[in-house]
Formats: sequence, C-alpha cells, structure tokens
Amino acid sequence: MELLLDSIFNGIAIGSVLLVAALGLAIVFGLMGVINLAHGELMMLGAYTTYVTQLIFKLPILKPFYNWYVIISIFLAFIVSGVVGIILEKTIIRKLYGSPLETLLATWGVSLILQQFVRSVPLSYGSGLIISLLIGMVLPLFFPTKIKESIKFKYYKLASWSFATLIGILSAELISSLISKLGRASSRNVDVTAPAWMRGQIEILGNTFPKTRLMIIIITLISVIAIICFLNQSAWGIRIRAVTQNRQMCDCLGISTEKVDVITFGIGSGLAGVAGVAVSLLGSVGPNVGGNYIVGCFMVVVLGGVGNLLGTIFASFGIGIMTDLIGAGRLLNIWPNMPLSLSNTINFFATTSMARVMIFALIVIFLQFKPSGLFPQKGRMVES
Amino acid sequence: MNTKNIKINGRLKFIFWVLLIAFVVAAPSLLPVFRLNLLGRYLSLAIVALGVDLIWGFTGLLSLGQGIFFTLGGYCVAMYLQLNSSSEFPNNIPEFFALYGVKDLPFFWAPFKSLFFTLFAAWLIPALVAAILGFLVFRNRIKGVYFSILTQASLLVFFNFFNGQQKLINGTNGLKTDVTQLFGQMVGSELIQRYFFWITVFLVITAWFFSKWLIKGRFGNILIGIRDDEPRVRFTGYNPVLFKTIIFSIAGALAGISGALYTVQSGIVSPQFMTVPFSIEMVIWVAVGGRGTLLGAILGAVFINYAKSLVSEALPASWMFIQGGLFILVVTTLPQGILGWLYSESPRNLLQRFGFIRKIKTYPSLEINKNGES
Amino acid sequence: MRISRRILAGLATASIATTLTSCGGGSKTSGSFDDSVTVGILHSLSGTMAISESTLVDTEIMAIEEINASGGITIDGKSYKIEYIIEDGASDWPTFAEKSKKLIDQDKVPVVFGGWTSASRKAMLPVYESKDAFLYYPIQYEAQECSNNIFYTGATPNQQSEPATEFMYKRSPAAGGDFFLVGSDYVFPRTSNTITKAQVKQLGGRVVGEDYLPLGNTEVAPIISKIKKALPSGGIIINTLNGDQNVAFFKQIQDAGITPSEGYYVMNYSIAEEEISTIGPEFLEGHYGAWNYMMSIDSPASKKFAANFKKRWGSDRVVADPQESAYNMVYLWKQAVEDAGTFDDNAVRDALIGQKFDAPQGPVEVMPNHHLSQTVRIGEINSEGGFTILEETDVVLPQAWNQKHPSSKGFACDWTDPSKGEKYRL
Repeated sequence: MELLLDSIFNGIAIGSVLLVAALGLAIVFGLMGVINLAHGELMMLGAYTTYVTQLIFKLPILKPFYNWYVIISIFLAFIVSGVVGIILEKTIIRKLYGSPLETLLATWGVSLILQQFVRSVPLSYGSGLIISLLIGMVLPLFFPTKIKESIKFKYYKLASWSFATLIGILSAELISSLISKLGRASSRNVDVTAPAWMRGQIEILGNTFPKTRLMIIIITLISVIAIICFLNQSAWGIRIRAVTQNRQMCDCLGISTEKVDVITFGIGSGLAGVAGVAVSLLGSVGPNVGGNYIVGCFMVVVLGGVGNLLGTIFASFGIGIMTDLIGAGRLLNIWPNMPLSLSNTINFFATTSMARVMIFALIVIFLQFKPSGLFPQKGRMVES
Repeated sequence: MNTKNIKINGRLKFIFWVLLIAFVVAAPSLLPVFRLNLLGRYLSLAIVALGVDLIWGFTGLLSLGQGIFFTLGGYCVAMYLQLNSSSEFPNNIPEFFALYGVKDLPFFWAPFKSLFFTLFAAWLIPALVAAILGFLVFRNRIKGVYFSILTQASLLVFFNFFNGQQKLINGTNGLKTDVTQLFGQMVGSELIQRYFFWITVFLVITAWFFSKWLIKGRFGNILIGIRDDEPRVRFTGYNPVLFKTIIFSIAGALAGISGALYTVQSGIVSPQFMTVPFSIEMVIWVAVGGRGTLLGAILGAVFINYAKSLVSEALPASWMFIQGGLFILVVTTLPQGILGWLYSESPRNLLQRFGFIRKIKTYPSLEINKNGES
Repeated sequence: MRISRRILAGLATASIATTLTSCGGGSKTSGSFDDSVTVGILHSLSGTMAISESTLVDTEIMAIEEINASGGITIDGKSYKIEYIIEDGASDWPTFAEKSKKLIDQDKVPVVFGGWTSASRKAMLPVYESKDAFLYYPIQYEAQECSNNIFYTGATPNQQSEPATEFMYKRSPAAGGDFFLVGSDYVFPRTSNTITKAQVKQLGGRVVGEDYLPLGNTEVAPIISKIKKALPSGGIIINTLNGDQNVAFFKQIQDAGITPSEGYYVMNYSIAEEEISTIGPEFLEGHYGAWNYMMSIDSPASKKFAANFKKRWGSDRVVADPQESAYNMVYLWKQAVEDAGTFDDNAVRDALIGQKFDAPQGPVEVMPNHHLSQTVRIGEINSEGGFTILEETDVVLPQAWNQKHPSSKGFACDWTDPSKGEKYRL
C-alpha cells in the first residue's frame, strides 16, 4: 500500500508536468482541431522568457524582488507565447483551417524556424521583437473611437507600429547593454535557477515531495481553474465553446469567429508559455526543450479524449503513474511473487527508455478499445 | 481538357525526360565519387517518397512514421552484411556483441544469414509491420490527424526500442555496412557502390512504374475516393479499411526497399533514421515536388536533399530557416507542389503575362479535370 | 511583414556570423607563407550536440591560428599555412559519415579533426578505414576500439573512470558505500558502467542499481525514486549522463534530498567547467569530477591556454578537458607532419607515435596504440564553478582494450609492430 502511495505521488509529480504542457494543446487541438506542432517551441519561448526574466531580476534595481521572479515570469511567458501564437494564427494558421494536415506541416516549419531563431538571434533582440509586436498589436486597441473609425486609421496604425518598432529596438539595445549575456546569440543551453524558497522538499503523508514539483502542480491547478472559469463564465469563453460546437451557426448569429479563433489560439499558446516556465524549473533551457514534450502531449490529449479538459487531466496523471510503475520497476515490489516469465518481462521494461516504449504501446492498444479516448465527446458529430 | 495545355506539358515532359535520362546515364562518369554516392542515396530516398505520395497524395493518409519501415529495411540488410562478414570475430557473431558481453546470437538474427531471406525480408517485414499497424488503426476508423499522431507515437516506440537495445541490435550506434563483405568485396568500395547506384536507379524506375500502374486502375480510383470522401466509398459497398491497409503496407514495403538501399550506400543504419524530423522531412519532399504526381515525389526527394547537403556545407545554421520556410511556403502558397503547379494553368498564365504565348480567349473558363493528370 | 523582415535580418546575421567563423582563421595571421594545406574540422554545428561540439571548433581554430601566427608548418624549409574547412555533422551520426566522405574524397584533406559522441565516431570509423584516411578524435571515451586510422587524444577508461571509482570507494567521504550507476542511454555510459561494475566487484564493493535515460528525455523522476530505494541512506552515484540531462538530474536530485550533506556523492565523467557554469555550481558543489585537464591546474601552460582562449573567444568563456584534447591534437599533428616531412597519411601516422607535447595538463605522449599517456586528476566541484583538485596521478598509460571489461581482458593494441596490430593477446 505504501509503495502504491509512493507511486501515486511520483506519478502526480510526473503527470503534472505533462498536464501543464498538454493543457494549451488540449485547447488548441481539442477546441479548434488544429494540430500545432510548434506547441513545443511555444513552450521553449516560455522557458527562455523565464531565463530572461531571471537575469533582469538579477539587476541591482530589481534584486530585492528576485525571490518572486518566477511568479512574474509566468505572466510574461503567457504574454510572450500568446503574442507569438496570435501572430502565427493571423499569418499562417488562418489560411489553413479545414485542412489539418497542412496545418501540421506548416507548424512544423514554424517550429524549425523558432528553434533556429533562438540559436542565431541574441535573446535581447528576441525580447525587443516581442515587445514591439506586443505594443504594435495592443496600441491600436486603445485609440479613441473617432480615430478608429476615421479613414486615416491606417496611417495612425502605421505610426503606432513605427513607434512600437522604435521601442522594441531601444529596449533590445537597453537589455543588451545591461546584460551582456543576452546580447550575443548562442546555441548553448541556459539554465534557470529557482529561488531558494522553491528548492528543497517538504513532507506530505510521510512522503517527501520536491517543492518545484509542488510549484508546478500549483501552476497547473491555477491554469486549469482559470481556463475552466474563462470557458464557462466569460462572454468570450462561451463564444469559444459555441464556435467549437457549431461554427456556421455562430457565424450567422453574428459572433466574429475570426476573433474567437485568434483568442482561442492565443490562450492555448499562452498556456504553452506557462508550461515553459514549469519545464524550465526542472531542466535546462535550450532550443530542443519543447520537442522533448510534444509527442507526450499529443498522447495525453488523444488518450484523454479530444475537447475534454477532464480527460486531459486524467490522462496525464494516468501516464505519469504508469511511467513510475513501469519505469521504476515497482510492479515487482507490489507483487513480489509473480511468475518468473512475467517478472522477466517486467524487468526488461523497468528502465526509463523501455518504460516509454511500453507506455506508448499501451496507449496505442488502449485506443483500439476506445478510439476516441477516455472521455469521448458526446452528441452527434459530423464525420471528419 | 485544354489541348494546348497538354501540348505544352507534353513538350515540357519530353525535354525533362531527355535531360533526366542523359543526366542519369552520364552521372557515374561526370560526378566525383562522393557526389555520385550522394545521388545514389537521394535516389533511394525517392522510393520512400513514392510510398508517401501513394498514401498521402492519393489516399489522404498523412503518415509521420514512415521512418519505421525505412529503418526496418535498413536493419535487415545491415544484419545480413554483418553476419556475412563476422566469421573472424569471436563466436562467429558480429563484433559489437562482444562489447556488451553477448555470446549467443539473438534468435531473430539467425534467418538473416541467408541472402535469399534477407532480400525478401527487407521489404516484406516493413510491409507486414505496416499492415498490422495500419489495420489496427484503420479498423477503428482513426483517421486524419489522429492517424498522423499515432504513427508518430509508433515511430517513437520503435525509436526508443532500437535505441535502447544495445545487446540485441547495438542501440544508438547502429549497424555499419561499409567495412562488411559482399561477394568477397568490401561494401564501401567504389565498385560495389557503383553497382548499388545502378540498382537504385533501376529500382526507382521500377517503383515508379509500379506506383503508376497501381493508381491507374480501379484500385487507384478507390484510393482517390477514400481521400476525397471516405464515407461515400463505404456506402458504395467498398471496405476502405482493406484498401487503406493494402496501400499503407505497400508504402511500407517501398520504405523498406528505400531504407535498404540507403543503408548500403551510407554505410550505416542507426535509430537516427527513426527520429521524428526525418519522417516529417519525407512528407515535405512530396509536398514540395507535388503530391499526387508521383514524379514530383522523386524529384522533390532528390532536389531537396541535394539542396540540403549544399546549403549545410556553405551555411550550416541557415538550413533550419530555409527548411522551415519551405514548409510554410509550400503549404500556404503552393499546395500542389512544384510539379502540381507546372501541371496547372499557372505557368501558362505566367507565360501569357509576359507575352510569350498568345492568350486564348475563352469565356467562361474551361473546366479542368484535375484528377486526370497523374 | 515585420516578422519576416526580422527573421530575414536574423538569418542574415546568422549567415554573416557563420561566414565570419568559417573564414576568420586566415585573415588574422600575418607573415607570408610558401604554400598552404587545408585540414578538415567536422563537428556538430546544429542540433543537440552543437552546444558541446562548437567549443571544440573554437579551440581547434585557435590552435590553428596560433600555429599560423608562429610561422605555420615547416617542411623542408618551406612554410605551409594551415587552412581549414568546417563541416557540420548536425548531431546526426550518418551525416558525420557523409561529411567525412566529402572531406576525404572531394576536399582531399590530409587529416580530419572531429567527432564528439561515440556513435558519431563509430559511424565515421568505417569511412576512414575503407579510404585509409586519418581522423583525430578528442573526447574521453569508452575505448574497446583501436583503429589504425583514428588517433584518440581523449582519456580511456583507465585514465578517467578507473582512478575515479577507486577514489570514490577508498578515499571519498562515502568510502565503502554502495554504488548506483546512472547514465544516458548510449554506448559510452553502458560500456563505462560495465567496467565500473567489474572494478567495484574487484574492490569488494556493491553496485545496487543502474539506469539509463534515453537521449533527449529529461524526466528523471523514476531514476530518482530508484536511487532513493537502492541507496536509502547515502552512497556513491556514478553519473555518465549527457549534456542537458545533467541539468535536470542535478536540479531534481537536490530537491529530492540527494545531496552531499545527506551522504550522497556523485562522481561525474561528463561534467567539466563548461557544464558546471551551465548547471550552476550551487547544484554541484561537493560532488566530484575526474578529468585529465582542469582549468584550475596551476601551471604556466594551463594558464596560458585558458587566457588565450578567453582572449580569442570572450572573457566569459571557459576551457575544459575536451577542448584541451582538441588543442593537443592539432599541435601533435603539426609536430608529426614536420617530423615526417610530408602530409602523407602513412608517413604522418608513423611519425606520430612517440610524439611528445607539453600540453596544458602536463606532458603527453602518443603511444603505439594511438592513444595518449595522460595525467588523471580528481577534483571536487567548488562554489566558484571550478574544481578543487584533490588528487593527481602520475602519467597513466592508455589501455585501448580495457583490462577490467570481461570481453577485452588480456588484450592490447600496438600499431608499431605489424604482428600485433589492432588487438593481440598480452
């Protein structure tokens, strides 16, 4: 029993990372049916944001608040990945709705470019670019209605974009002059160090639990609750759900499906950024950090059932617990007297790499019996 | 059907063919050994691309796991070659086993002592694996992006398995073929490599005609039917599962042949062939060349790989940008690929715009049978 | 529009940067040369291994520039300038083989400096053997290989892991404790651990567990729970994880209470100064490392090497053992060419054996088995991100065939004697 409890604890620890990573995907894939292979790279951007924030908070002025930089970086990462996601949607994905396979290929292209981007462009310029994009996109929203409706609106827009570019360049220069590390391009992996209060472990029910994992669970929980509230309570959330169910009808009713798409994709991407913060606390931050998670995330979403957050939650913890049970060879401890042939098989898979093989294989087998996942979407669905 | 169009396409095709044949015939004497070897390898990749075109271009199944079958084919021949030249090593088993303290040959190696078996296994095993995998997936009517994701997950399963099993198949290091013996000659030698080049050329052409034959008849029509509207095909009384499984396993067989040829010409097969990016690249060769055109798949595979090797020699860092850009560009602006674009009205329009050919005045515009070309 | 322009700008900078690095070598040197010779440099400049391998490219370029600055290579009174072609192995083993073929067949280079991972070397080996070309490989590795066409300047296990295991079992704070072996899932960790297991058994100790993390996977939670189960109250962990997996490992073992203060001591074979600065010394302090070269070696040659590197590539850069090996091999090749009086492979190969070089780590000498005799150092990682050197051996002769590994016990390699060759019984 105690061993099982141990496994559950470990499984939750592993699953929470999967969950936070898959959450954004569950929204983009689950609600929009868009396969975003650049999801991992959006996570990577979030992780790099954490790194940049950490360095900024090491500056003398902000030093007293250093302990809280992780909290700030969660918001920043959401914004950074969200902005990139919105741009992605507006430039590429929008053109490809209705042809998911093409979207898949195009987003793979995006992921390659993003990976190489962080290698060959200094992070300070990357941040400057994001800042100018953010200002450029947000500023026109705050124009008075008179300007918005005037014929010359596009000139105002142009001016605001020029202003944004200027700010972006200035802030890039500022960052590179303040933090020389960020002023150079590097393919080297970088590292995020959690503040002291987030390191170490605490005891729960006689089990020790690493604080960073706890932090990740908290981040995940907050994200899940926020998303559920947003989808169920806010006007836009309701519109998103409506569009998911019947796009044409919504269009007829005057809901701007274009806007809904942008918002959904932006939120999904932003959540990828939040996942990036979580991942950066566990390992190193590099161009490939997202790629390591992407297939696992898809498995979570497929296993959980598309368009269902509850399924995603169950699936990620399920996979987490299985990983621990198989990978750490716990089945042998739980059931010591099993027949020799079975225990040999289990030993064969009781390494981290073989556990992965086993779990993916199990998922593929599981889908034989429940093709639409743990919690299939109910109701009449149009085929394909 | 626009007759002028056919004429132009016909002329284009003819010129293209003359150039291509001239190039292939002259290649061994013109190209330095290194480039010839590259060409041979890229041509062998064209075979897997043909398979991708069959399942994606014609049947609408986007598989991101062709690397599995490709690598399986490669491992088959590599195992034969390793066994064939392991007589001088302890226990008469390939050298690497000693590194992990293995004394007996794992059971599944044994049949690969026979050349005859290997020649069949290299395409039959991938075909069987593809058939099983395909049947399981198609039976449940899993399709579209789910199919893609599942094939990708399967790819990872195979990758992790091959990568982790040092004692069975040498794990990450893979199996080498360059210094092994074939008919008393070293496989890496120029003579044998030249033979492999010709075999590759022959097999590419055979595979191409085979694919053409396959899609020409009723079988091909059903595939296209599945791509365009699967439920309708089912309602008409055909069983899409069967057809999908067959075509998927044919594509698997082609991938196996391709992998075998690629392996003997690269000198190594390793789990690296089963990484996610490589399998996605296969799709992009077809996408760039023109899906549903077969010829486009061959050209795409050869040219993109050549470009890759040239670019990475000059500017290693920029290949990722170029490749990524290519993905986006082709998908968003050139969905039919280069060959598809050439077959369409567009080049004609371009030529008309610059006054090279006279505009035909037709109103309303002629209906063009898009599926007629292949 | 804006993005694409920025991306273009980035692309342009990237390409300018690469062009600069690829032709920066020649322009800096002064003086006139009678002729030039082009060598090949083959490391990963893209993909996962680029992080590590690019430091080797930097070092090799520096060594070549140094040689050029001091007059290049002199053969029969004629001075040759060294030029180089850099090829990208792209962290992909077959690509290494392909690019090797290109360098040998097309560029006709007399020598290739390259490789990092064992898998890349194993992929290149048949190419060099079948074309009788010559590869210089600078990384500490698992040995069990002795090619006539490869020259290995990194440590063999008896020059790194064996002294380290002995130190851990006999003289470390965890002396006499149980061992747990953890590594990435590829050939070096697996072979190295086979040797360690045999050695621990000889020493009278116990190995209570081992696990391998697939390359690219950073979920170390199952391994941690295995360690805690196998070593409930501290012990010795031998770590052969690769690159960024170390970051995840050390961050998470610290959170899980696997620290020196709890009685867990980790001996690392793949963590050098470069990695310490990436992972952060606060996670590594109190653990150990074993290398031939450590930046903290207090000798003029070592200080000069570190200072020159910083001067050439930036003051925040560090040097580490693999770079030192890469540096040595360029110089050793130069010496051998001058001794042989030709660039011809076979003559250089003969001239190479017995070459001595006053390396940053101390004197090294090329042995008949194509490996180097080197000094082994055990260091404790300190809070400044360097090693506090605890022990230093005499010069240790390399064993291409490990004497503790069951498959190679009693074998050795000697290329100077035609009757012995690659593998002969002692």
